[in-house]
Amino acid sequence: MTLITDLTEVYNSDAKTSEPVRAPVRRRQVPIPLISLATVIGLLLIWAAAASAELVSPVFLPSPAVVAASLWNLVSVGFVDSTLPQHVLASLGRVLGGLAVAVLIGVPAGLAIGASRIGRGILDPIVEFLRPLPPLAYLPLIIIWSGIGEASKVIVIALSMLPSIVISTASGVRSVPKDHVNAARAFGATKRQVTFHVVLPSALPSILTGIRIALGTGWSTLVAAELVAATRGLGFMIQSAAQFLVTDVVIAGIAVIAVIAILLEIAARALERWLAPWASAK
Amino acid sequence: MNRLFFNDVSLAYPARDRQGVPQLVLDRIKLSIATGEFVVVIGRSGSGKTSLLNLAAGFQEPTGGTVTLDDKPVEGPGAERAVVFQDDALYPWLDARDNVAFPLKLKGVGERERRARADELLDLVGLSAAGNRRIWELSGGMRQRVGIARALAAEPRFLLLDEPLGALDALTRGKMQTFLLGVWAKSRSGALLITHSIDEALMLATRIVVLSPNPGRLAADIASSFAADILAGASPSEVRASPAFKRMQDGLTGLIHADSPEEELAA
Repeated sequence: MTLITDLTEVYNSDAKTSEPVRAPVRRRQVPIPLISLATVIGLLLIWAAAASAELVSPVFLPSPAVVAASLWNLVSVGFVDSTLPQHVLASLGRVLGGLAVAVLIGVPAGLAIGASRIGRGILDPIVEFLRPLPPLAYLPLIIIWSGIGEASKVIVIALSMLPSIVISTASGVRSVPKDHVNAARAFGATKRQVTFHVVLPSALPSILTGIRIALGTGWSTLVAAELVAATRGLGFMIQSAAQFLVTDVVIAGIAVIAVIAILLEIAARALERWLAPWASAK
Repeated sequence: MNRLFFNDVSLAYPARDRQGVPQLVLDRIKLSIATGEFVVVIGRSGSGKTSLLNLAAGFQEPTGGTVTLDDKPVEGPGAERAVVFQDDALYPWLDARDNVAFPLKLKGVGERERRARADELLDLVGLSAAGNRRIWELSGGMRQRVGIARALAAEPRFLLLDEPLGALDALTRGKMQTFLLGVWAKSRSGALLITHSIDEALMLATRIVVLSPNPGRLAADIASSFAADILAGASPSEVRASPAFKRMQDGLTGLIHADSPEEELAA
Protein backbone atom coordinates (compact mmCIF):
# COMPACT_ATOMS: atom_id res chain seq x y z
CA MET A 1 0.00 0.00 0.00
CA THR A 2 2.69 2.43 0.99
CA LEU A 3 4.51 1.60 -2.19
CA ILE A 4 1.53 2.63 -4.28
CA THR A 5 0.98 5.90 -2.43
CA ASP A 6 4.69 6.62 -2.73
CA LEU A 7 4.53 6.02 -6.43
CA THR A 8 1.58 8.37 -6.93
CA GLU A 9 3.45 10.98 -4.97
CA VAL A 10 6.38 10.54 -7.26
CA TYR A 11 4.15 10.95 -10.26
CA ASN A 12 2.53 14.03 -8.74
CA SER A 13 5.79 15.69 -7.96
CA ASP A 14 6.77 14.90 -11.51
CA ALA A 15 3.66 16.65 -12.75
CA LYS A 16 4.49 19.70 -10.64
CA THR A 17 7.87 20.17 -12.21
CA SER A 18 6.45 19.82 -15.69
CA GLU A 19 4.77 23.23 -15.37
CA PRO A 20 5.92 25.56 -18.12
CA VAL A 21 9.48 26.37 -17.21
CA ARG A 22 11.33 29.21 -18.79
CA ALA A 23 13.43 27.65 -21.51
CA PRO A 24 17.10 28.08 -20.63
CA VAL A 25 18.65 30.65 -22.89
CA ARG A 26 21.72 29.37 -24.61
CA ARG A 27 24.32 32.10 -24.73
CA ARG A 28 25.77 32.33 -28.17
CA GLN A 29 29.48 31.71 -28.01
CA VAL A 30 32.00 32.38 -30.73
CA PRO A 31 33.59 29.05 -31.70
CA ILE A 32 37.28 28.77 -30.83
CA PRO A 33 38.42 27.94 -34.41
CA LEU A 34 36.85 31.20 -35.53
CA ILE A 35 38.82 33.12 -32.90
CA SER A 36 42.00 31.37 -34.05
CA LEU A 37 41.26 32.18 -37.69
CA ALA A 38 40.64 35.83 -36.81
CA THR A 39 44.00 35.89 -35.00
CA VAL A 40 45.85 34.54 -38.03
CA ILE A 41 44.14 37.01 -40.36
CA GLY A 42 44.86 39.83 -37.89
CA LEU A 43 48.56 38.94 -37.76
CA LEU A 44 48.74 38.79 -41.55
CA LEU A 45 47.05 42.21 -41.75
CA ILE A 46 49.51 43.73 -39.25
CA TRP A 47 52.37 42.20 -41.26
CA ALA A 48 50.94 43.60 -44.52
CA ALA A 49 50.41 47.03 -42.95
CA ALA A 50 53.92 47.11 -41.49
CA ALA A 51 55.40 46.08 -44.86
CA SER A 52 53.41 48.58 -46.94
CA ALA A 53 54.23 51.41 -44.50
CA GLU A 54 57.88 50.34 -44.93
CA LEU A 55 58.51 50.54 -41.17
CA VAL A 56 61.53 48.34 -41.91
CA SER A 57 63.33 47.87 -45.17
CA PRO A 58 61.59 45.38 -47.58
CA VAL A 59 64.89 43.49 -47.61
CA PHE A 60 64.23 42.50 -44.00
CA LEU A 61 60.45 42.32 -44.13
CA PRO A 62 58.93 41.64 -47.57
CA SER A 63 55.12 41.98 -47.79
CA PRO A 64 52.87 38.89 -47.62
CA ALA A 65 52.11 39.30 -51.33
CA VAL A 66 55.82 39.19 -52.21
CA VAL A 67 56.26 36.07 -50.07
CA ALA A 68 53.26 34.42 -51.75
CA ALA A 69 54.69 35.27 -55.16
CA SER A 70 58.07 33.87 -54.25
CA LEU A 71 56.38 30.73 -52.94
CA TRP A 72 54.80 30.24 -56.36
CA ASN A 73 58.15 31.00 -57.94
CA LEU A 74 59.72 28.33 -55.73
CA VAL A 75 57.23 25.77 -56.95
CA SER A 76 57.52 26.60 -60.64
CA VAL A 77 61.14 27.70 -61.08
CA GLY A 78 62.89 26.64 -57.88
CA PHE A 79 65.80 27.92 -55.86
CA VAL A 80 69.42 26.77 -55.70
CA ASP A 81 69.05 24.18 -58.48
CA SER A 82 65.90 22.51 -57.13
CA THR A 83 62.19 23.25 -57.11
CA LEU A 84 60.24 23.41 -53.86
CA PRO A 85 58.72 19.92 -54.33
CA GLN A 86 62.24 18.54 -54.77
CA HIS A 87 63.43 20.26 -51.58
CA VAL A 88 60.37 18.96 -49.73
CA LEU A 89 60.85 15.41 -51.04
CA ALA A 90 64.52 15.46 -50.05
CA SER A 91 63.61 16.52 -46.53
CA LEU A 92 60.67 14.13 -46.18
CA GLY A 93 62.77 11.26 -47.49
CA ARG A 94 65.37 11.86 -44.78
CA VAL A 95 62.77 12.07 -42.02
CA LEU A 96 60.97 8.91 -43.14
CA GLY A 97 64.29 7.10 -43.60
CA GLY A 98 65.29 8.17 -40.10
CA LEU A 99 61.91 7.04 -38.78
CA ALA A 100 62.28 3.62 -40.39
CA VAL A 101 65.70 3.14 -38.78
CA ALA A 102 64.46 4.44 -35.43
CA VAL A 103 61.43 2.10 -35.44
CA LEU A 104 63.54 -0.92 -36.45
CA ILE A 105 65.93 -0.28 -33.56
CA GLY A 106 63.67 1.45 -31.06
CA VAL A 107 60.73 -0.97 -30.90
CA PRO A 108 62.86 -4.07 -30.12
CA ALA A 109 64.89 -1.99 -27.66
CA GLY A 110 61.73 -0.76 -25.95
CA LEU A 111 60.43 -4.32 -25.85
CA ALA A 112 63.65 -5.44 -24.17
CA ILE A 113 63.46 -2.62 -21.60
CA GLY A 114 59.78 -3.23 -20.87
CA ALA A 115 59.91 -7.01 -20.74
CA SER A 116 63.22 -7.90 -19.13
CA ARG A 117 65.18 -6.60 -16.15
CA ILE A 118 68.49 -7.32 -17.83
CA GLY A 119 67.40 -5.53 -21.00
CA ARG A 120 66.39 -2.57 -18.89
CA GLY A 121 69.70 -2.57 -17.05
CA ILE A 122 71.67 -2.60 -20.30
CA LEU A 123 69.65 -0.14 -22.35
CA ASP A 124 68.40 2.36 -19.77
CA PRO A 125 71.69 4.23 -19.37
CA ILE A 126 72.13 4.46 -23.16
CA VAL A 127 68.64 5.90 -23.66
CA GLU A 128 69.00 8.24 -20.69
CA PHE A 129 72.34 9.45 -22.10
CA LEU A 130 70.86 10.10 -25.53
CA ARG A 131 67.52 11.58 -24.46
CA PRO A 132 68.58 14.96 -23.07
CA LEU A 133 71.26 15.55 -25.72
CA PRO A 134 70.42 18.18 -28.37
CA PRO A 135 70.91 16.38 -31.71
CA LEU A 136 73.05 19.24 -33.01
CA ALA A 137 75.55 18.46 -30.26
CA TYR A 138 76.40 15.09 -31.79
CA LEU A 139 75.90 16.11 -35.43
CA PRO A 140 79.59 17.14 -35.86
CA LEU A 141 80.72 13.77 -34.53
CA ILE A 142 78.38 11.93 -36.90
CA ILE A 143 79.73 14.01 -39.79
CA ILE A 144 83.30 13.08 -38.80
CA TRP A 145 82.32 9.40 -38.73
CA SER A 146 80.10 9.12 -41.75
CA GLY A 147 80.78 12.15 -43.92
CA ILE A 148 78.39 14.84 -45.12
CA GLY A 149 76.29 12.53 -47.30
CA GLU A 150 72.75 11.32 -46.74
CA ALA A 151 73.87 8.75 -44.17
CA SER A 152 74.92 11.31 -41.58
CA LYS A 153 71.59 13.13 -41.78
CA VAL A 154 69.54 9.94 -41.55
CA ILE A 155 71.65 8.80 -38.59
CA VAL A 156 71.21 12.08 -36.72
CA ILE A 157 67.47 12.09 -37.33
CA ALA A 158 67.15 8.45 -36.28
CA LEU A 159 69.15 9.15 -33.10
CA SER A 160 66.94 12.11 -32.25
CA MET A 161 63.83 9.96 -32.74
CA LEU A 162 65.09 6.91 -30.86
CA PRO A 163 64.49 7.95 -27.24
CA SER A 164 60.80 8.76 -27.64
CA ILE A 165 60.14 5.53 -29.55
CA VAL A 166 62.10 3.40 -27.07
CA ILE A 167 60.49 5.01 -24.03
CA SER A 168 56.93 4.87 -25.36
CA THR A 169 57.36 1.25 -26.48
CA ALA A 170 58.72 0.30 -23.07
CA SER A 171 55.85 2.00 -21.26
CA GLY A 172 53.35 0.35 -23.61
CA VAL A 173 54.91 -3.05 -22.90
CA ARG A 174 54.88 -2.44 -19.15
CA SER A 175 51.20 -1.50 -19.17
CA VAL A 176 49.99 -4.62 -20.99
CA PRO A 177 47.14 -5.92 -18.79
CA LYS A 178 48.29 -8.96 -16.81
CA ASP A 179 45.10 -10.82 -17.68
CA HIS A 180 45.82 -10.40 -21.40
CA VAL A 181 49.15 -12.19 -20.99
CA ASN A 182 47.73 -14.78 -18.59
CA ALA A 183 44.85 -15.56 -20.96
CA ALA A 184 47.28 -16.33 -23.78
CA ARG A 185 49.46 -18.43 -21.45
CA ALA A 186 46.40 -20.37 -20.33
CA PHE A 187 45.70 -21.19 -23.98
CA GLY A 188 49.19 -22.63 -24.26
CA ALA A 189 51.00 -19.70 -25.89
CA THR A 190 54.78 -19.83 -26.05
CA LYS A 191 56.83 -16.81 -24.95
CA ARG A 192 57.30 -15.85 -28.58
CA GLN A 193 53.57 -16.10 -29.27
CA VAL A 194 52.79 -13.96 -26.22
CA THR A 195 55.22 -11.32 -27.49
CA PHE A 196 53.88 -11.19 -31.04
CA HIS A 197 50.19 -11.87 -30.47
CA VAL A 198 49.63 -10.04 -27.19
CA VAL A 199 52.41 -7.72 -26.02
CA LEU A 200 53.15 -5.95 -29.30
CA PRO A 201 49.53 -5.36 -30.37
CA SER A 202 48.69 -4.22 -26.86
CA ALA A 203 51.61 -1.77 -26.88
CA LEU A 204 50.76 -0.54 -30.38
CA PRO A 205 48.79 2.58 -29.35
CA SER A 206 51.68 3.64 -27.14
CA ILE A 207 54.23 2.92 -29.91
CA LEU A 208 52.20 5.01 -32.36
CA THR A 209 52.11 7.91 -29.90
CA GLY A 210 55.88 7.59 -29.64
CA ILE A 211 56.15 7.71 -33.44
CA ARG A 212 54.02 10.85 -33.53
CA ILE A 213 56.24 12.59 -30.99
CA ALA A 214 59.33 11.29 -32.81
CA LEU A 215 58.13 12.76 -36.11
CA GLY A 216 57.97 16.16 -34.42
CA THR A 217 61.51 15.93 -33.03
CA GLY A 218 62.81 14.37 -36.25
CA TRP A 219 61.41 17.17 -38.37
CA SER A 220 62.99 19.92 -36.28
CA THR A 221 66.30 18.04 -36.15
CA LEU A 222 66.24 17.55 -39.89
CA VAL A 223 65.90 21.22 -40.73
CA ALA A 224 68.73 22.03 -38.34
CA ALA A 225 70.89 19.24 -39.82
CA GLU A 226 70.27 20.53 -43.34
CA LEU A 227 71.39 24.00 -42.29
CA VAL A 228 74.83 22.53 -41.67
CA ALA A 229 75.46 20.15 -44.51
CA ALA A 230 73.24 19.46 -47.49
CA THR A 231 72.78 20.25 -51.17
CA ARG A 232 69.02 19.93 -51.19
CA GLY A 233 66.22 20.14 -48.64
CA LEU A 234 64.15 22.80 -46.91
CA GLY A 235 66.78 23.69 -44.29
CA PHE A 236 69.41 24.01 -46.97
CA MET A 237 67.07 26.19 -49.07
CA ILE A 238 66.50 28.61 -46.21
CA GLN A 239 70.16 28.71 -45.32
CA SER A 240 71.19 29.51 -48.92
CA ALA A 241 68.47 32.14 -49.24
CA ALA A 242 69.62 33.79 -46.02
CA GLN A 243 73.19 33.97 -47.28
CA PHE A 244 71.96 35.95 -50.32
CA LEU A 245 69.53 37.95 -48.16
CA VAL A 246 66.53 36.63 -50.15
CA THR A 247 64.21 37.17 -47.19
CA ASP A 248 61.01 36.28 -49.03
CA VAL A 249 62.31 32.76 -49.73
CA VAL A 250 63.38 32.42 -46.10
CA ILE A 251 59.90 33.32 -44.89
CA ALA A 252 58.21 31.15 -47.53
CA GLY A 253 60.48 28.25 -46.51
CA ILE A 254 59.59 28.69 -42.84
CA ALA A 255 55.89 28.63 -43.73
CA VAL A 256 56.34 25.42 -45.74
CA ILE A 257 58.24 23.77 -42.86
CA ALA A 258 55.44 24.69 -40.46
CA VAL A 259 52.70 23.44 -42.76
CA ILE A 260 54.50 20.11 -43.32
CA ALA A 261 54.99 19.69 -39.58
CA ILE A 262 51.24 20.15 -39.09
CA LEU A 263 50.48 17.70 -41.93
CA LEU A 264 52.84 15.11 -40.40
CA GLU A 265 51.01 15.45 -37.08
CA ILE A 266 47.64 15.00 -38.79
CA ALA A 267 48.93 11.98 -40.73
CA ALA A 268 50.30 10.41 -37.55
CA ARG A 269 46.98 10.89 -35.76
CA ALA A 270 45.12 9.36 -38.71
CA LEU A 271 47.53 6.40 -38.55
CA GLU A 272 46.75 5.95 -34.85
CA ARG A 273 43.01 5.97 -35.50
CA TRP A 274 43.42 3.51 -38.34
CA LEU A 275 45.80 1.03 -36.70
CA ALA A 276 44.64 1.26 -33.08
CA PRO A 277 41.00 2.35 -33.12
CA TRP A 278 40.35 0.75 -29.73
CA ALA A 279 42.66 3.19 -27.96
CA SER A 280 40.43 6.12 -28.81
CA ALA A 281 37.17 4.13 -28.61
CA LYS A 282 37.48 3.40 -24.89
CA MET B 1 37.15 -38.71 -16.50
CA ASN B 2 39.83 -36.23 -15.53
CA ARG B 3 40.65 -35.02 -12.07
CA LEU B 4 42.17 -31.76 -10.86
CA PHE B 5 43.48 -32.32 -7.37
CA PHE B 6 44.72 -29.91 -4.70
CA ASN B 7 46.81 -32.05 -2.36
CA ASP B 8 47.32 -30.09 0.90
CA VAL B 9 48.08 -26.97 -1.06
CA SER B 10 49.42 -23.96 0.82
CA LEU B 11 50.35 -20.58 -0.57
CA ALA B 12 52.34 -17.90 1.21
CA TYR B 13 53.56 -14.55 0.00
CA PRO B 14 57.04 -13.48 1.09
CA ALA B 15 57.24 -11.08 4.03
CA ARG B 16 57.16 -7.39 3.17
CA ASP B 17 60.30 -6.65 5.18
CA ARG B 18 63.10 -8.72 6.66
CA GLN B 19 61.68 -8.99 10.16
CA GLY B 20 58.16 -9.77 8.96
CA VAL B 21 56.65 -13.22 8.70
CA PRO B 22 55.50 -14.62 5.34
CA GLN B 23 51.82 -14.00 4.78
CA LEU B 24 49.86 -17.25 4.53
CA VAL B 25 47.06 -17.00 1.98
CA LEU B 26 45.93 -20.60 1.65
CA ASP B 27 46.41 -23.21 4.35
CA ARG B 28 46.54 -26.90 3.41
CA ILE B 29 43.66 -27.02 0.94
CA LYS B 30 42.56 -30.50 -0.07
CA LEU B 31 40.13 -30.35 -2.93
CA SER B 32 39.32 -32.47 -5.93
CA ILE B 33 37.41 -31.49 -9.05
CA ALA B 34 36.38 -34.03 -11.67
CA THR B 35 35.10 -33.43 -15.18
CA GLY B 36 31.33 -33.25 -15.07
CA GLU B 37 31.41 -31.37 -11.77
CA PHE B 38 30.66 -27.68 -11.31
CA VAL B 39 32.52 -26.60 -8.20
CA VAL B 40 31.82 -23.10 -6.91
CA VAL B 41 34.29 -21.62 -4.44
CA ILE B 42 32.79 -18.99 -2.21
CA GLY B 43 34.20 -16.98 0.66
CA ARG B 44 34.75 -13.48 1.96
CA SER B 45 37.50 -11.26 0.67
CA GLY B 46 40.86 -12.42 1.93
CA SER B 47 39.91 -16.07 1.81
CA GLY B 48 42.27 -16.70 -1.10
CA LYS B 49 39.60 -17.65 -3.66
CA THR B 50 41.39 -16.05 -6.57
CA SER B 51 44.73 -17.47 -5.43
CA LEU B 52 43.15 -20.91 -5.51
CA LEU B 53 42.10 -20.36 -9.12
CA ASN B 54 45.52 -18.96 -10.05
CA LEU B 55 47.09 -22.14 -8.65
CA ALA B 56 44.72 -24.31 -10.67
CA ALA B 57 45.50 -22.28 -13.80
CA GLY B 58 49.24 -22.52 -13.13
CA PHE B 59 49.75 -18.73 -12.94
CA GLN B 60 51.17 -19.25 -9.45
CA GLU B 61 53.02 -22.12 -7.81
CA PRO B 62 52.04 -23.44 -4.41
CA THR B 63 54.52 -22.97 -1.57
CA GLY B 64 53.36 -26.24 -0.04
CA GLY B 65 51.63 -29.35 -1.38
CA THR B 66 50.95 -30.02 -5.04
CA VAL B 67 48.30 -29.35 -7.64
CA THR B 68 47.92 -32.32 -9.95
CA LEU B 69 45.96 -33.03 -13.08
CA ASP B 70 45.35 -36.76 -13.45
CA ASP B 71 48.20 -37.42 -11.01
CA LYS B 72 50.66 -35.32 -13.00
CA PRO B 73 51.83 -32.14 -11.27
CA VAL B 74 50.61 -28.91 -12.87
CA GLU B 75 53.59 -26.98 -14.21
CA GLY B 76 52.45 -23.61 -15.47
CA PRO B 77 49.38 -22.75 -17.53
CA GLY B 78 48.07 -25.15 -20.15
CA ALA B 79 45.36 -25.36 -22.74
CA GLU B 80 43.52 -28.15 -20.90
CA ARG B 81 42.66 -25.61 -18.17
CA ALA B 82 41.05 -22.59 -19.85
CA VAL B 83 40.46 -19.43 -17.84
CA VAL B 84 37.61 -16.92 -18.04
CA PHE B 85 38.54 -13.63 -16.40
CA GLN B 86 36.46 -11.16 -14.43
CA ASP B 87 37.08 -8.29 -16.82
CA ASP B 88 36.89 -10.47 -19.93
CA ALA B 89 40.59 -10.03 -21.00
CA LEU B 90 39.52 -10.04 -24.64
CA TYR B 91 41.89 -8.52 -27.17
CA PRO B 92 40.55 -5.23 -28.54
CA TRP B 93 42.67 -5.44 -31.70
CA LEU B 94 40.80 -8.58 -32.76
CA ASP B 95 37.11 -8.79 -33.63
CA ALA B 96 34.82 -11.16 -31.74
CA ARG B 97 35.47 -14.08 -34.10
CA ASP B 98 39.24 -13.73 -34.02
CA ASN B 99 39.13 -13.53 -30.23
CA VAL B 100 37.27 -16.82 -30.09
CA ALA B 101 39.67 -18.32 -32.65
CA PHE B 102 42.73 -17.11 -30.72
CA PRO B 103 43.49 -20.41 -28.91
CA LEU B 104 43.20 -22.22 -32.26
CA LYS B 105 45.58 -19.75 -33.86
CA LEU B 106 48.12 -20.47 -31.12
CA LYS B 107 47.80 -24.17 -31.92
CA GLY B 108 48.46 -23.46 -35.59
CA VAL B 109 45.00 -24.39 -36.89
CA GLY B 110 44.44 -23.12 -40.45
CA GLU B 111 42.53 -19.90 -41.13
CA ARG B 112 39.49 -21.59 -42.65
CA GLU B 113 38.99 -24.19 -39.97
CA ARG B 114 39.58 -21.53 -37.33
CA ARG B 115 36.80 -19.33 -38.69
CA ALA B 116 34.38 -22.23 -38.99
CA ARG B 117 35.06 -23.41 -35.45
CA ALA B 118 34.82 -19.86 -34.05
CA ASP B 119 31.48 -19.33 -35.79
CA GLU B 120 30.19 -22.58 -34.30
CA LEU B 121 31.19 -21.45 -30.83
CA LEU B 122 29.71 -17.98 -31.31
CA ASP B 123 26.54 -19.72 -32.34
CA LEU B 124 26.67 -21.82 -29.17
CA VAL B 125 26.89 -18.72 -26.98
CA GLY B 126 24.10 -17.01 -28.91
CA LEU B 127 26.25 -14.47 -30.72
CA SER B 128 26.18 -15.84 -34.26
CA ALA B 129 25.66 -12.37 -35.73
CA ALA B 130 28.42 -10.68 -33.75
CA GLY B 131 31.49 -12.31 -35.36
CA ASN B 132 32.68 -9.16 -37.11
CA ARG B 133 31.89 -6.79 -34.26
CA ARG B 134 34.66 -4.97 -32.46
CA ILE B 135 35.10 -5.95 -28.83
CA TRP B 136 34.50 -2.45 -27.50
CA GLU B 137 31.17 -2.31 -29.29
CA LEU B 138 29.83 -5.24 -27.27
CA SER B 139 27.98 -5.03 -23.95
CA GLY B 140 29.45 -6.53 -20.77
CA GLY B 141 27.27 -9.63 -21.02
CA MET B 142 28.16 -10.18 -24.67
CA ARG B 143 31.85 -9.80 -23.90
CA GLN B 144 31.67 -12.47 -21.23
CA ARG B 145 29.95 -14.75 -23.73
CA VAL B 146 32.80 -14.17 -26.16
CA GLY B 147 35.24 -14.87 -23.32
CA ILE B 148 33.50 -18.14 -22.55
CA ALA B 149 33.42 -19.09 -26.24
CA ARG B 150 37.14 -18.36 -26.42
CA ALA B 151 37.79 -20.58 -23.40
CA LEU B 152 35.76 -23.37 -25.00
CA ALA B 153 37.73 -23.04 -28.25
CA ALA B 154 40.74 -24.46 -26.43
CA GLU B 155 38.64 -27.60 -25.79
CA PRO B 156 39.63 -27.61 -22.16
CA ARG B 157 38.95 -30.38 -19.70
CA PHE B 158 38.51 -27.76 -17.01
CA LEU B 159 36.96 -24.30 -17.15
CA LEU B 160 38.37 -21.96 -14.54
CA LEU B 161 36.10 -18.96 -14.04
CA ASP B 162 37.26 -16.05 -11.89
CA GLU B 163 34.10 -14.12 -10.93
CA PRO B 164 33.12 -14.03 -14.60
CA LEU B 165 29.74 -12.43 -13.88
CA GLY B 166 30.92 -10.08 -11.16
CA ALA B 167 30.93 -6.94 -13.30
CA LEU B 168 27.46 -7.46 -14.78
CA ASP B 169 24.20 -5.84 -13.70
CA ALA B 170 21.77 -8.03 -11.72
CA LEU B 171 19.41 -8.75 -14.61
CA THR B 172 22.13 -9.75 -17.06
CA ARG B 173 23.84 -11.71 -14.32
CA GLY B 174 20.77 -13.87 -13.72
CA LYS B 175 20.44 -14.63 -17.43
CA MET B 176 24.14 -15.38 -17.76
CA GLN B 177 23.99 -17.88 -14.89
CA THR B 178 21.44 -20.01 -16.71
CA PHE B 179 23.40 -19.58 -19.92
CA LEU B 180 26.68 -20.59 -18.28
CA LEU B 181 25.07 -23.68 -16.79
CA GLY B 182 23.82 -24.74 -20.23
CA VAL B 183 27.19 -24.18 -21.88
CA TRP B 184 29.00 -26.11 -19.18
CA ALA B 185 26.58 -29.05 -19.44
CA LYS B 186 27.15 -29.22 -23.20
CA SER B 187 30.93 -28.97 -22.91
CA ARG B 188 31.16 -31.94 -20.49
CA SER B 189 34.11 -30.30 -18.81
CA GLY B 190 34.78 -29.65 -15.16
CA ALA B 191 34.20 -26.14 -13.89
CA LEU B 192 35.76 -24.20 -11.04
CA LEU B 193 34.02 -20.90 -10.46
CA ILE B 194 34.95 -18.22 -7.96
CA THR B 195 32.20 -15.95 -6.68
CA HIS B 196 31.11 -13.62 -3.90
CA SER B 197 27.46 -14.39 -4.41
CA ILE B 198 25.73 -17.13 -2.41
CA ASP B 199 22.81 -17.02 -4.80
CA GLU B 200 25.13 -17.60 -7.77
CA ALA B 201 26.85 -20.47 -6.00
CA LEU B 202 23.52 -22.21 -5.37
CA MET B 203 22.30 -21.64 -8.93
CA LEU B 204 25.41 -23.05 -10.62
CA ALA B 205 27.15 -25.53 -8.37
CA THR B 206 27.03 -29.26 -8.14
CA ARG B 207 29.37 -28.73 -5.18
CA ILE B 208 29.90 -25.62 -3.10
CA VAL B 209 33.23 -25.10 -1.39
CA VAL B 210 33.34 -22.51 1.38
CA LEU B 211 36.68 -20.91 2.26
CA SER B 212 37.18 -19.14 5.57
CA PRO B 213 39.54 -16.17 5.52
CA ASN B 214 42.93 -15.28 7.02
CA PRO B 215 44.41 -17.65 6.00
CA GLY B 216 42.14 -19.36 3.48
CA ARG B 217 41.01 -22.71 4.90
CA LEU B 218 38.50 -25.19 3.64
CA ALA B 219 35.43 -24.59 5.83
CA ALA B 220 32.86 -26.73 4.04
CA ASP B 221 32.33 -28.84 0.94
CA ILE B 222 28.62 -29.23 0.24
CA ALA B 223 26.77 -30.97 -2.58
CA SER B 224 24.05 -28.88 -4.21
CA SER B 225 21.28 -30.04 -6.54
CA PHE B 226 19.63 -26.81 -7.70
CA ALA B 227 21.76 -26.60 -10.82
CA ALA B 228 20.61 -30.09 -11.78
CA ASP B 229 16.99 -28.99 -11.26
CA ILE B 230 17.48 -26.02 -13.56
CA LEU B 231 19.19 -28.17 -16.19
CA ALA B 232 16.23 -30.58 -15.93
CA GLY B 233 13.93 -27.73 -16.84
CA ALA B 234 12.89 -26.02 -13.60
CA SER B 235 12.67 -22.24 -13.88
CA PRO B 236 15.33 -20.29 -11.97
CA SER B 237 12.75 -18.14 -10.19
CA GLU B 238 10.87 -21.23 -8.95
CA VAL B 239 14.10 -22.75 -7.71
CA ARG B 240 14.98 -19.54 -5.91
CA ALA B 241 11.56 -19.42 -4.27
CA SER B 242 11.73 -22.99 -2.95
CA PRO B 243 12.11 -23.50 0.83
CA ALA B 244 15.12 -25.77 0.28
CA PHE B 245 16.92 -22.96 -1.55
CA LYS B 246 16.18 -20.50 1.25
CA ARG B 247 17.41 -22.98 3.84
CA MET B 248 20.67 -23.56 1.97
CA GLN B 249 21.09 -19.83 1.51
CA ASP B 250 20.71 -19.19 5.23
CA GLY B 251 23.03 -22.05 6.06
CA LEU B 252 25.73 -20.78 3.71
CA THR B 253 25.36 -17.21 4.97
CA GLY B 254 25.93 -18.51 8.48
CA LEU B 255 28.99 -20.50 7.40
CA ILE B 256 30.58 -17.66 5.50
CA HIS B 257 30.01 -15.02 8.14
CA ALA B 258 30.51 -17.38 11.08
CA ASP B 259 33.59 -15.78 12.55
CA SER B 260 33.44 -12.37 10.97
CA PRO B 261 33.83 -9.40 13.29
CA GLU B 262 30.97 -6.91 13.61
CA GLU B 263 32.56 -4.05 11.70
CA GLU B 264 33.11 -6.23 8.66
CA LEU B 265 29.47 -7.24 8.58
CA ALA B 266 28.45 -3.64 8.73
CA ALA B 267 30.71 -2.73 5.84
